[in-house]
Amino acid sequence: MSAAATRSGARLWVDRLLVAVTALVALLWILPVVWVLAMSLKPNEVLQRSTWGFVPTPFTLDNYISLFRVSQVPRWLMNSAIVAVVMTVAVLVVSSLAGYAFARLRFPFKRTLFVLMIAGLMIPEQAVFLPLHQMFADWGVHNTHFSLVTPRVAVPIGVFLMMQFFRAVPKELEEAAELDHASRFTIFWKIMLPLSLPALTTLGLFTFIHAWNDFLWPLVSATRADMYTVTLGLGSIQGNFAQSLGLGSMMASAVFASIPIVVLFLIFQRYIVAGVAMSAGK
Amino acid sequence: MTAAPQVRTLPLAEPRTRAPRSPARRREGLTAFLFLAPFLAVYLLFLIYPFFKGIWISLHDWDLMDDSIREWWGFLNYSDLWADPIFWQATRNTLYFVALTVPSMTVLSLLLALAVSGGGRVRAVCRTIFLMSSVFSVTVVTLIWTMVLSTDRGLIAPVFQALGFEPINFLGSPTWAMPSLTVTTLWWGVGLPMALFLAALGAIPRELYEAAELDHASRWTVFWRITLPSIRHTLVLVLILQIVGQFQIFGQAQLMTNGGPSGMTRTLVLYIYDTAFRDWLVGYAAAIALALFAMMFLFSMLQLWLGRRGEES
Repeated sequence: MSAAATRSGARLWVDRLLVAVTALVALLWILPVVWVLAMSLKPNEVLQRSTWGFVPTPFTLDNYISLFRVSQVPRWLMNSAIVAVVMTVAVLVVSSLAGYAFARLRFPFKRTLFVLMIAGLMIPEQAVFLPLHQMFADWGVHNTHFSLVTPRVAVPIGVFLMMQFFRAVPKELEEAAELDHASRFTIFWKIMLPLSLPALTTLGLFTFIHAWNDFLWPLVSATRADMYTVTLGLGSIQGNFAQSLGLGSMMASAVFASIPIVVLFLIFQRYIVAGVAMSAGK
Repeated sequence: MTAAPQVRTLPLAEPRTRAPRSPARRREGLTAFLFLAPFLAVYLLFLIYPFFKGIWISLHDWDLMDDSIREWWGFLNYSDLWADPIFWQATRNTLYFVALTVPSMTVLSLLLALAVSGGGRVRAVCRTIFLMSSVFSVTVVTLIWTMVLSTDRGLIAPVFQALGFEPINFLGSPTWAMPSLTVTTLWWGVGLPMALFLAALGAIPRELYEAAELDHASRWTVFWRITLPSIRHTLVLVLILQIVGQFQIFGQAQLMTNGGPSGMTRTLVLYIYDTAFRDWLVGYAAAIALALFAMMFLFSMLQLWLGRRGEES
């Protein structure tokens, strides 16, 4: 056996070892999730004695059933769904329209407006949530879906991503339509939007996940329990840790709060990875 | 997402002529305005106006509920801030959290990216697992980790006992509370920087590695000589995104320790929240918020500056 072959043989073994170590780390990584899942499927009395174990024996669905019968979790799930869907649609509409204007149209003060928009990227949520709270209080619209959605629609990063995408579309596709005297909106609607489905999917996914997981703004705006989102509601039951609600039910709420997001993630993982690469300015 | 894009490609290389506008040009301008109107409306109303209103509020004695308490104070809130030991403690805590979290997050996400890049089913499953924890909400993550770290019902205490150690009350200990928040944050947030590194690793030309193989370079040499220099832009980007992101830590501190024990995990955003919504001192809270903004702004500027310098070199 030649020296080179031994060498590549050794490399192969090191490779296998690295993969095994990685798999072990991944297993440890996901262990807390498996544990929570197991707890959500065990009776509360058993959990009071011991929380140890990764297999739900004895098995029960009572925690989930009781959530639907007595708790506000279904209501919170509904609020989250409404907020996340409306916000996603609004962000897609607003960002794609503005992104198209920046990418393709000529208009006065374009440079000024663009710089103004980029400057908005620098303003963090924490710098505006207090004044926003005062504005919404003055209007008397806290504890509404409206207040949970609207402050989150102005996302410069969305406009920026759509603009980048539209600029990469060949101009010839539009020029043909222009010759047919199609209006700008028709061109946008019939040609550009269908082409930009991948970008819209990515932006939509990120918006949906952020809307679902939003915490600080709902915390200060939704003060009535019936207007909580599921993310906020889960925070509120952690306050009185396992007192009113059994441990098993609490874990079941956490599972419920995560299922829609995890399913979306597993289906659209590719787009999420693409979105991360895109936000890096690639 | 606070992922500020690298502003490298301004789309504005158009001739700026002052020639009289043709009707077609004017119509295009009008169309553009209609396309921009929805964005501009929400942007001005919910981002720009509140930002300046925040400055205005910070110059007042401003009560959360009582409309009659709106007294002009000038810079009084800011001079109070300068003399406020809790503000400085919160600043130190925040910087400590950033110092603990950012380097460990960057190293861990790079290691994981190196480990899971490449083909094979096992690696693909591992990628999915590491990415998945970042789609959970902060309340789910804190619930999981409060349980994991719990002394009587947790996952770590039994392991300690089995090894013959006394279990540590992680969240109740002044020494361990902040590192516990860091571990929680690492578990939650490693996916996105890992994905950034994966994209960067995928973009390294294969020929570089093939050449190294011909030279019988060791893995170690290949990493330092080829991999690391090729991904340095991404490394800087991850560092800056992490610094700006971790400065905003709130949910973990509020839900897992509520700032305790004895204020050791009270971060700036938690202090802003408590000042406004527990003490109702919105004017003072707005001043703290602007101080936080100023610190984060410095780091954003650093990002632009480094991005530009990277461009030149």
